[in-house]
Amino acid sequence: MSATISSKTLGSEFVRKVKEISGQNLHLCYQCGLCSGNCPMVSSMDLPPRQVIELARLGLEEEITSSRTVWTCASCLACTVNCPRGFDLSKVMEAIRLLTLRKNVDHLRPEDISPQERCALPQLAMVGGLRKFSG
Amino acid sequence: MSLAYYPGCTLKTKAKNLEEPAIASMEVLGSRLEEIPRWNCCGAVYSLADDDLIHQVAPVRNLIRVKEQGKNEVVTLCSFCLNTLKRANLLMKEDAEKRGTLNSFMDEEIDYGGEVEVVHLLEVLKDQVGWEALAQKVKLPLRGLRVAPYYGCTLLRPREVAIDDVEKPTILQELLEAVGATPVDFPEFAECCGSYQIVSSPDDIPKYAWHILNSALTHGAEALVLTCPLCDYNLGQGQKELMKKHDGFDGVPLFYFTQLLALALGLGPQVCHFELNYGEPELLLREKNLLPRVEAL
Ligand code: SF4
Ligand code: SF4
Ligand code: SF4
Ligand code: SF4
Repeated sequence: MSATISSKTLGSEFVRKVKEISGQNLHLCYQCGLCSGNCPMVSSMDLPPRQVIELARLGLEEEITSSRTVWTCASCLACTVNCPRGFDLSKVMEAIRLLTLRKNVDHLRPEDISPQERCALPQLAMVGGLRKFSG
Repeated sequence: MSLAYYPGCTLKTKAKNLEEPAIASMEVLGSRLEEIPRWNCCGAVYSLADDDLIHQVAPVRNLIRVKEQGKNEVVTLCSFCLNTLKRANLLMKEDAEKRGTLNSFMDEEIDYGGEVEVVHLLEVLKDQVGWEALAQKVKLPLRGLRVAPYYGCTLLRPREVAIDDVEKPTILQELLEAVGATPVDFPEFAECCGSYQIVSSPDDIPKYAWHILNSALTHGAEALVLTCPLCDYNLGQGQKELMKKHDGFDGVPLFYFTQLLALALGLGPQVCHFELNYGEPELLLREKNLLPRVEAL
């Protein structure tokens, strides 16, 4: 992966919004990688959780939004409770999802779910899934 | 004793086998779970965005319904409801600015400041009924039943809403012991089953489910006990496929904690609704001579 880091990416609107929506200080993270090691979804991710933070604070928006990682996060909070720096990565994942969803770009629409699945799924899965993946 | 009870949407539809044995068991234990009036879906997942207050309205409204009843505690059964209500409650208690905004936005409601305590039925059993008092009411000890407690995520995370020790919870083990079953510990007791990923990436779920189920079996369990209808679905619905894929895997029964409680209190299949469970629990209960015995009571 090659990407250009500049004062433009570092001071970008993207970095400002991720900080604002997540309420997290992105510089708190010291990249120990414990979150990636603890993440039960990591085998389905193309970008480990630790790298999401690094790319986010460098303002590399394109690299993050073209990855499926934030859409693979299950908000299980294994990262959050184990981070030695008290950093809440689950909130950064949510902020990045919202930056897409708030542009009216849905990751999942109700019509993407088959009628059979709609009948079978517990209500809380439908409510939770659509809350996380649609605007 | 009457307890204010928030059922949530899933218990009224897919998870009757979680709710009905809970209500019946509490009656045997001398408490009534009384549904709060005009409750609404809490939204299932707690909003993790700092600037998103609108999604706090649904859970907070439910807490206001409890306060209106003159109650200072609300009991939940679904792990997600517990988590969402408890986190929203904490926000109302601790964040004065957001509390102010939400209260003025919900102008038609009485003001709310986090006065209600959100608890899980497991906590009621432990702290209000007591394990010893519960054990004395047991008519059918679940002897010889080896069960792995699976906590999932939302009972234990984040730390500030956990119902037990985050690293080493024991509350489900204590319940199992009180009803005469044998708890089987396994390392994945709190590992996420994939949660709402079932809606968008259903093909990934069997991988997570297998990791959890196989570990419980390897550690000697014959069944798992859980508290969450989404855990139940994710660990249950793919078992037939997993049987084809993994030689020697014959499926594993999943129980809600309320079903094992009810069974031990002498309440039978009409209350427990084992027919709604995954992994053929009735076969296991027959094998252990528990079903014939509860039917003979
Ligand atoms: S978020 Fe925490 S656990 Fe993850 S790399 Fe940063 S410091 Fe380590
Ligand atoms: S919250 Fe998301 S990133 Fe964190 S451990 Fe869970 S799935 Fe992984
Ligand atoms: S969490 Fe649960 S089951 Fe619980 S009410 Fe809300 S969506 Fe429905
Ligand atoms: S284990 Fe699965 S559904 Fe259950 S609480 Fe976690 S994500 Fe959750």
